[in-house]
Amino acid sequence: MSVAPTDSAPVARLTGIGLRYGAVRALAGIDLELPAGRLLGLIGPDGVGKSSLLALIAGARAIQTGRIEVLGGDMADARHRRRVCPRIAYMPQGLGKNLYPTLSIFENLDFFGSLFGHGRAARAARIRELTAVTGLAPFIDRPAGKLSGGMKQKLGLCCALIHDPDLLILDEPTTGVDPLSRRQFWELIAGIRAARPGMSVLVATAYMEEAARFDWLVAMDAGAVLATGTPQALLERSGSASLEEAFIALLPETRRHDHRPVVIPPRPGDGDAAIEAQDLSMRFGDFVAVDQVSFRIQRGEIFGFLGSNGCGKTTTMKMLTGLLPPSAGQARLFGQAVDPRDLATRRRVGYMSQAFSLYTELTVRQNLALHARLFALPEASIPARVGEMVQRFDLAGVMDALPNALPLGVRQRLSLAVALIHGPELLILDEPTSGVDPIARDGFWRALVELSRRDGVTIFISTHFMNEAERCDRISLMHEGPVLVTDTPTVLIRQRGADSLEDAFIGYLEDAAVVEADAPLKSDRTPAATPAQATATEAGPRGWQRFFDPRRVVSYARREALELRRDPIRLTLALVGSVILMFVMGYGISLDVEDLTFAVLDRDQTTVSRDYTLNIAGSRYFVEQPPITDYDDLDRRMRAGKLSLAIEIPSGFARDIARGRAVEIGAWIDGAMPTRAETARGYVQGMHAHWLATKAREAGHGDALAGLANLETRFRYNPDVKSLVAMVPAVIPLLLMLIPAMLAALSVVREKELGSITNFYVTPTTRLEFLLGKQLPYVVLSFLSFLLLTLLAVTVFGVPLKGSFLTLTAGALLYVGAATAVGLLISTFMRSQIAALFGTAVLTILPAASFSGMIDPVSSLEGMGRFIGEIYPTTHFLTIARGTFSKALNFSDLYAAFIPLALAVPVLFGLSAVLLKKQEN
Amino acid sequence: MRAANILHLGVKELRSLTRDPIMLVLIVYAFTVSIYTAATAMPETLNKAPIAIVDEDRSPLSERIASAFYPPYFVLPKFITQAEMDARMDAGLDTFALDIPPDFQRDLLAGRRPTIQLNVDATRMSQAFTGSGYIQTIVADEVRVFAQRYRDVPELPVELALRARFNPQLNKSWFGAIMQVINNVTMLSIVLTGAALIREREHGTVEHLLVMPVTPFEIMTSKVWAMGLVVLAATAFALTAVVQGALSVPIEGSLALFLAGAALHLFATTSTGILLGTIARSMPQFGLLLMLILLPLQMLSGGTTPRESMPEIVQYLMLAAPNTHFVMLAQAILYRGAGLAVVWPQLVAIAIIGTTLFSLALLRFRRTIATLA
Repeated sequence: MSVAPTDSAPVARLTGIGLRYGAVRALAGIDLELPAGRLLGLIGPDGVGKSSLLALIAGARAIQTGRIEVLGGDMADARHRRRVCPRIAYMPQGLGKNLYPTLSIFENLDFFGSLFGHGRAARAARIRELTAVTGLAPFIDRPAGKLSGGMKQKLGLCCALIHDPDLLILDEPTTGVDPLSRRQFWELIAGIRAARPGMSVLVATAYMEEAARFDWLVAMDAGAVLATGTPQALLERSGSASLEEAFIALLPETRRHDHRPVVIPPRPGDGDAAIEAQDLSMRFGDFVAVDQVSFRIQRGEIFGFLGSNGCGKTTTMKMLTGLLPPSAGQARLFGQAVDPRDLATRRRVGYMSQAFSLYTELTVRQNLALHARLFALPEASIPARVGEMVQRFDLAGVMDALPNALPLGVRQRLSLAVALIHGPELLILDEPTSGVDPIARDGFWRALVELSRRDGVTIFISTHFMNEAERCDRISLMHEGPVLVTDTPTVLIRQRGADSLEDAFIGYLEDAAVVEADAPLKSDRTPAATPAQATATEAGPRGWQRFFDPRRVVSYARREALELRRDPIRLTLALVGSVILMFVMGYGISLDVEDLTFAVLDRDQTTVSRDYTLNIAGSRYFVEQPPITDYDDLDRRMRAGKLSLAIEIPSGFARDIARGRAVEIGAWIDGAMPTRAETARGYVQGMHAHWLATKAREAGHGDALAGLANLETRFRYNPDVKSLVAMVPAVIPLLLMLIPAMLAALSVVREKELGSITNFYVTPTTRLEFLLGKQLPYVVLSFLSFLLLTLLAVTVFGVPLKGSFLTLTAGALLYVGAATAVGLLISTFMRSQIAALFGTAVLTILPAASFSGMIDPVSSLEGMGRFIGEIYPTTHFLTIARGTFSKALNFSDLYAAFIPLALAVPVLFGLSAVLLKKQEN
Repeated sequence: MRAANILHLGVKELRSLTRDPIMLVLIVYAFTVSIYTAATAMPETLNKAPIAIVDEDRSPLSERIASAFYPPYFVLPKFITQAEMDARMDAGLDTFALDIPPDFQRDLLAGRRPTIQLNVDATRMSQAFTGSGYIQTIVADEVRVFAQRYRDVPELPVELALRARFNPQLNKSWFGAIMQVINNVTMLSIVLTGAALIREREHGTVEHLLVMPVTPFEIMTSKVWAMGLVVLAATAFALTAVVQGALSVPIEGSLALFLAGAALHLFATTSTGILLGTIARSMPQFGLLLMLILLPLQMLSGGTTPRESMPEIVQYLMLAAPNTHFVMLAQAILYRGAGLAVVWPQLVAIAIIGTTLFSLALLRFRRTIATLA
């Protein structure tokens, strides 16, 4: 079907591409040839597989069926992927999804540059160039997370362009970006293409007016290609005037028939105010997000809110809903001041926030029903109401799907359905149609119009689409805090003398920008993307460096370290937390059993029986409690845990001893805690023997009973038998397992959850480089923690380090390597951060605290615990730590403990590498 | 406050949990395999204590002493030379080394009171203490019985009949099983509520809730009951199927009373989770906080080492932790068969701690929400 231009070989050739997500078919039988050196557009409604197709072409997603050739090779071949990935750049959907929010613009760019092996100087020059062209230069030290949406997209583009790709793949780069930024974005692309005519650019977009300016288009629907060709050709084929109409005309009859243009009936006269804002202001520190905004919106009015990203629209909306208390000014809903505690008003308002905010773990049906219940709809009316919403927003086919499995446009419809479920009188919608395709947007608007005109619902909506703004009764233009102007769209166009609302809007914004002397944003700058120097430094990877390039390890390590440095709380927790724990546990865990409670049931009440009691009470191990009165008392007090030891002295005790008749003293110990009971038993037996010996001596038996032989016990390594000396060297290995593992455990899974893992998929980074780069900063941090703990052990706790410090240090280095590798392994295996967190806690605390010889030696353990203890790294480092601290040993005595540690690191690391996927499945 | 909201939001929490299969597997693991492993790993009192003997006497008596050490208390002793002794102890191969001097038997029979030397690796605290007591008794017994064959050894006729109550064999796996259940209860309840709250914050769903007619109190309470219920069910299962079933640990007291105590404990720990979730700003921070909280809770609540032997300040500080009271309560009910009349002070203490934590969490939760947007 496609007519590829003949002047060059295609940049990509797809044959029979199919893709399934579980039971859902995303793509089917796609055959395409994408011409090189063009600006190619991918258009179509949401969920037709545009993003999947782009991810496949970029190599970010694994091919299921079919064959894709990109830049002259098969993308199923890992070697080819690695060879061409420096020539492909991929920017995934979502504002700044592949950026690192805590890193500055410069650091983000520097990171991407270094992944492609650029030298430092070349990188700096390239970054200067790109930021100058995009106008990001003045903000180069600002963290990416604090940028506006438009700036994020520009930064994303810079990151994609840093290595001068031959194929640039952009997935909806301008979705959610204001018109001015959007225009600048396309000027930027045009400039870059002018400088590099050989580059192919493949863009998915929801904006038809953008697509009309592309060279060549692919129209998609339902996982298949509808048509390809130049915009002109598509218009001619469908005989339509605009691309939007052309697209609708290209759809199969069944999908087309329910599309009707949006007609807005005139609004009946003025009503009373639904929303009033008076000098509403919001300051975050020095930053004025909203500056004295005032407006009055009548009941039933559709009020549009326009402005560049980050200008304060969302903040204003949040103040109106009561989510944010304003710094100054007042907001009134239905004539009443906004009160966050006023639940009655909330029932009259429906709010749809910018970020998708439904429960991703609940199905569509469950989401709808939950919200209906939370808004206290009568239980009986809920099914009908849900049905109504389902019909209105065409959700019938997806009732049991999870929201995340739905295309963005459908999700937005669901969000709106949820916001409307309780029949609110006022709707506050924050960019509800971002990323939604034209047909779905029209459907959405028909619903809004009906709500406004038929039901008299007031609608306060923010949008970036100019054709939507034109449908509003009135609009406000907001820019960096204040509202620039408020009026009907026609009046605004007339006032500006512009052709369209878009031009009028851009005019207003440029006026405001000029006042601020925002020079670099001027659009007539010539983009000077000259790739010459950068290409020169881009020496192709050779030999082993193709598989392992230390520079890329360093880039990842530096990025991870930067992120860690930007999070001082985490750093402090890791270092200070270990110290606190060492104090608490070093002092707290004591194995000396003292101050046990005991009481006596003395049926004899003679001096002899009292002497026996005193013998026990006089020791430091036991503390005497009031005497026991009878067996019931004994039983009750033992059950209550009040007595650890109960002694019964029979009546006639003294008399029988004097007569040489056999007597028996009864003793019961509380066995609820076996270790304690065990020790108590030893004490009691010892004291009993001692008492007997003393009595014997008094009775004149002399030395005969004093013992036949002596047993001299020497407590070695810890002659004073201090718990602290035994515990501190054991606590260090415990802490150096738990904290480093937890640090590393979230590193990979977090990127998976937040989306930046894509950078790993599409850059030449190998698994080994990625993992090693992730691990290094945590190894360094944990090693610092080790030095700190050792220093404290020696100075504050006064535990002498008798053996070789060097041996201990070498062991610690290996050990933190193993501990972080445990974390990494969990991180690559798990899919969610919560599971990684819980998994780390489960898989480290028990083995390290109970199976590694901290309390009971491993050789005395049984079963699985014994086996885990034998192979767990903590066991071996514990041997090293106790050996060097308490036993004055050095490497030659301890080398046996080094072997398992040295083995553990590559084994754990290798397992992580095997489990880590280089492509999304 | 609407009870219906609390119910519906709680059901939502439960549904969310069922969508995370790995998490479910981990929960099952934590309440079955993990408990079983921890319990069975625990040696029964003194178990397989490694001992070596330097026999410089090579007499019938020294052989008699050596043969008195056998499993399960001790491993069969290794006979080594004096030169080997230090090396073996250094390497941690032996906890005990008994050195029987030359002419020990001759000197003993001659009434010269010879001295045996016992070397103990004191870095192995618990085994070192218990074991040296055993060894002293064993050596003394053997020597006495041996000596009695040759001469008259006078004795005082006072016997000590020593019995351990509630766990006559002092079987450590009984104790280890229950303590592991408690540890996992605490860990899971904190993770489930705290991490879930942070995830909701990262995904923006909490904010969404707050524009609905739902109060922070309702949101919190729903999390507390839903996650509490999950953990309580897991606990009941672990106690009946794993502890009573697979491990055949006899439970003396009322399981219902214990579960009531566990429910109260869960109220406190789920609140702790939410509190931590409002303090930490991201999941990595929460992970570290979790470790900082869990470790002292586990090691110092009386479940690992006896409370009595901790420094007083630690004992007092740990009274503020719900775990301390829960461990006391668990020991009283499960081993000693104590009833409500005995354990009510612990129940009251946990309730007070729980309410305090809940109020604190609610306060912080409200405040965090205000700064969220």
